[in-house]
Amino acid sequence: MAIEVRIPTILRTYTGGEKAVNADGANLHALIDALDASHPGIKGRLLEDNGDLRRFVNIYINDEDVRFIGSLDAELSDGDQVVILPAVAGGAR
Amino acid sequence: MTRYDSLLASVGGTPLVGLPRLSAPFNADGRPQVRIWAKLEDRNPTGSIKDRPALRMIEEAEKSGLLTPGCTILEPTSGNTGISIAMAATLKGYRTVFVMPENTSEERRQLLRMWGAEIVSSPAAGGSNEAVRVAKQIAAEHPDWVMLYQYGNDANALAHEEGTGPEILADLPSITHFVAGLGTTGTLMGVGRFFRKAKAEVRIVAAEPRYGELVYGLRNLDEGFVPELYDADLIDSRFSVGPRDAVRRVRELLELEGIFAGISTGAILHAALGQAAKVAKAGEGADIAFVVADGGWKYLSTGAYEGTIDEAEDRLEGQLWA
Repeated sequence: MAIEVRIPTILRTYTGGEKAVNADGANLHALIDALDASHPGIKGRLLEDNGDLRRFVNIYINDEDVRFIGSLDAELSDGDQVVILPAVAGGAR
Repeated sequence: MTRYDSLLASVGGTPLVGLPRLSAPFNADGRPQVRIWAKLEDRNPTGSIKDRPALRMIEEAEKSGLLTPGCTILEPTSGNTGISIAMAATLKGYRTVFVMPENTSEERRQLLRMWGAEIVSSPAAGGSNEAVRVAKQIAAEHPDWVMLYQYGNDANALAHEEGTGPEILADLPSITHFVAGLGTTGTLMGVGRFFRKAKAEVRIVAAEPRYGELVYGLRNLDEGFVPELYDADLIDSRFSVGPRDAVRRVRELLELEGIFAGISTGAILHAALGQAAKVAKAGEGADIAFVVADGGWKYLSTGAYEGTIDEAEDRLEGQLWA
């Protein structure tokens, strides 16, 4: 199983500068654990100490915000694309 | 009614139009109908949905005594809210100062200047977040200026709870989905709150613009920004839409339905079509209403409407297109 994870600029220090890395996991929890195994420390930037997703971190599976599809329990399948982004005020007209 | 006492009185009451050609692919013979509807907010006085919250925020500030004749209004905006406030301020006699990211389109700046506004530029990196930060700083230096602050002003959402939402339900009682853009979150919060009370089964869907990397820059994940108005409980799903899909859809809207919309509307339509596909696949019917936030005029200089989609996508890199 291969899931592409797109990494924001600020976290590329953990991925050796790579914009996107591949990782495995049946759900987002497992994927972040796998990500942290190959890129130690990245999990701490995404999750709070209590394991919740950090307030200003947005993660999308196939463009859908994971907070509306089970958060860290959101399921993943082969070929899914995961995007990690800092929260910004989008479309603030 | 089409006669009004002044331009300000004509805000709202926008048309809801059906999109038969864009809906057609979801309607196989004998299946329940899936219909897509556009709420044409570009028909407001300054050409965007922002006339609603701008006017309401000013009126509430006047009522509370915060805003008095001759006051200076300060606001972080990437354009439309500023244009709406500037128009109302011209008619009501206020001075306006707007903080805008430097990577917003030239048309928006020219329009603001025409309405007599002063513009302070904020750094491109960080986009609207940075404009908010700079505006807060300026507000602290000028305690007599009034910052309406669209990201945290309840009157922003209220304009939609009492205006946009009821208008849509009156025109489309069979509505099943409402789709709008997520910026200040005012439209979605207001319309969402209205439907939670008036017709709770209506699904509220957010389309959030996803910009190029230059906009997110080196933004620290601990210093992100979520508008104070935002309440995730009022939304059922939220999609991130990149410039490629936004441009593709905004062109489809023009080619198939004749509607010339701004780029952010392409992102909203993309999310609406995603819902339509999902409903059609499940063999269900739907009436999906989405917001045309503004017309395309102010974005012609971005290059999004010319050449191939690839070229348009490249040109939008680093620009705030919503």
